[in-house]
Amino acid sequence: MDPNKVIICRCSDVSLQDLYDLFEEGYTTFEELKRIKRVGMGPCQANTCGKMVQWEIAKYFEKPLESVEFHNMRPFTMGVKLKAIKEAADDEE
Amino acid sequence: MKNKPLPTHADVVIIGGGVSGCSIAWNLANQGQKNIVVIEREYFTSGATGRCGAGVRQQWSTKANCILAKKSVEFFENAQEILDYDGDVEFKQEGYLIVSSTPEETAQFKKNVALQNSLGIPSKLLTKEEAKEIVPHLNTDVINAATFCKTDGHLNPFTMTDAYYKAAARLGVEFFTYTTVEDIDAKDGAIQAVKTDKGTIATNVVVNAAGGWSKEVGEMVGVDIPVYSRNHEILVTEPVEKMQGPMVISFSQNIYCQQTPHGAFIMGRGDKDAPKGHDMSSSWKFLDEMSRTVTRLLPPIGELRVIRQWGGLYNMSPDHQPIISGTDALKGFYIACGFSGHGFMLAPMTGLLLSELILGKTPSLPMDDMALDRFEGKEITELETSVV
Ligand SMILES: Cc1cc2nc3c(=O)[nH]c(=O)nc-3n(C[C@H](O)[C@H](O)[C@H](O)COP(=O)(O)OP(=O)(O)OC[C@H]3O[C@@H](n4cnc5c(N)ncnc54)[C@H](O)[C@@H]3O)c2cc1C
Ligand code: FES
Repeated sequence: MDPNKVIICRCSDVSLQDLYDLFEEGYTTFEELKRIKRVGMGPCQANTCGKMVQWEIAKYFEKPLESVEFHNMRPFTMGVKLKAIKEAADDEE
Repeated sequence: MKNKPLPTHADVVIIGGGVSGCSIAWNLANQGQKNIVVIEREYFTSGATGRCGAGVRQQWSTKANCILAKKSVEFFENAQEILDYDGDVEFKQEGYLIVSSTPEETAQFKKNVALQNSLGIPSKLLTKEEAKEIVPHLNTDVINAATFCKTDGHLNPFTMTDAYYKAAARLGVEFFTYTTVEDIDAKDGAIQAVKTDKGTIATNVVVNAAGGWSKEVGEMVGVDIPVYSRNHEILVTEPVEKMQGPMVISFSQNIYCQQTPHGAFIMGRGDKDAPKGHDMSSSWKFLDEMSRTVTRLLPPIGELRVIRQWGGLYNMSPDHQPIISGTDALKGFYIACGFSGHGFMLAPMTGLLLSELILGKTPSLPMDDMALDRFEGKEITELETSVV
């Protein structure tokens, strides 16, 4: 399949070819990919694409999957409205 | 990033792969310096640079900060071409709207605008009605007045740093990521070598651009740098249709909030009670206070979903102006730190001025206000007040 047409991160619209290009430029860790192309930084917070990115890094550099570091997970795992946070905080008082 | 073996010798070793280190590297190489090595403990932008609010403004209350910011904006306007960058640094100049909450704060803002205008910065004082014309969802009930500078704006920290990195690499600068500087050797008042976990590099010139860890790097050679680090938290929402042009900021309400060209809103605030040190964790306290502050000042933003929150280090100097300096006691030891929460936007001048010092040229600007020794035995007279 044409790597240009394989979308790895649909939140940030990054194709497999984009990943290959970044690998060639020398960006080889998940944290680096995130920062250059927003891979894994979309609304789903890499819940959809995370494993695929890890897999592609492993394949490309012929490393065992377990040795590829997963990206640094940060709060939130799902989007929450700011207003809802404010209301919850107000209720606690 | 795949690393080659470390060289055994370099003419200049730069510690830190943030925007400052990368800008210094490019500026040096661009003026002909050879054999430059940059050492970064993790990946580029892993420090404050990649955690910052991406804001660029010239509306400051001290002369030094105003001039550094203005000259840096002039560089950003042409950065894409100057650095011949294949990506997009996403420089968007839609202004900074700084709102005041009280007549007293407005009085201070009037002084700031007078200073800024005298230095050629096109800021102006606005009534709250005029401010609302620029940001229609602003709650004018909680503000007194505002200032606006249309050439302030947003810049992408990752791609800006990447642009410096690539341009420097093309000029022969060698970069080593995932490599930690553990010690620096000095003898008879001069630098001898840099020791890393991957090997030792003999050198006579070291640049400390280690951001939140610059004090610790100074300690390696017994140079006391009067800075401390403190966590600043920040969050980002899902991307939405464009609804806000300028950055909106308030010092008294403790908030900055902007929509990036990508569509996401970024917002942050400071916490004076946060302990000094290297903690970068995320807290509920920040979320509670941030959501309250933003829904009060910019009510419709409350409808947006937060997707990520993180922290990063402000490296604070006593007068909130950067330290861009050599050191009297130790030949070959240069410092760029203490940016006090605004070092991303100053990076072009940080790089230019420090490289001129290193190369023994007359600096493009007087640098007394940035010198390390300005704090020695002196009262701090000019404290930058325009900080969140
Ligand atoms: C939440 C937040 C929001 C901000 N918002 C803005 C803003 O809107 N606009 C603005 O202009 N500024 C902002 N700032 C400030 C700005 O991020 C910093 O001033 C700027 O990024 C400093 O860049 P630097 O390269 O000097 O430091 P850093 O980016 O911190 O880089 C220092 C690097 O040195 C490395 N390092 C440290 N010790 C060692 C060692 N021993 N060996 C090897 N490497 C080492 C670190 O890993 C790090 O990558 C913000 C900061 C924070 C935290
Ligand atoms: S698919 Fe990559 S962040 Fe959602």
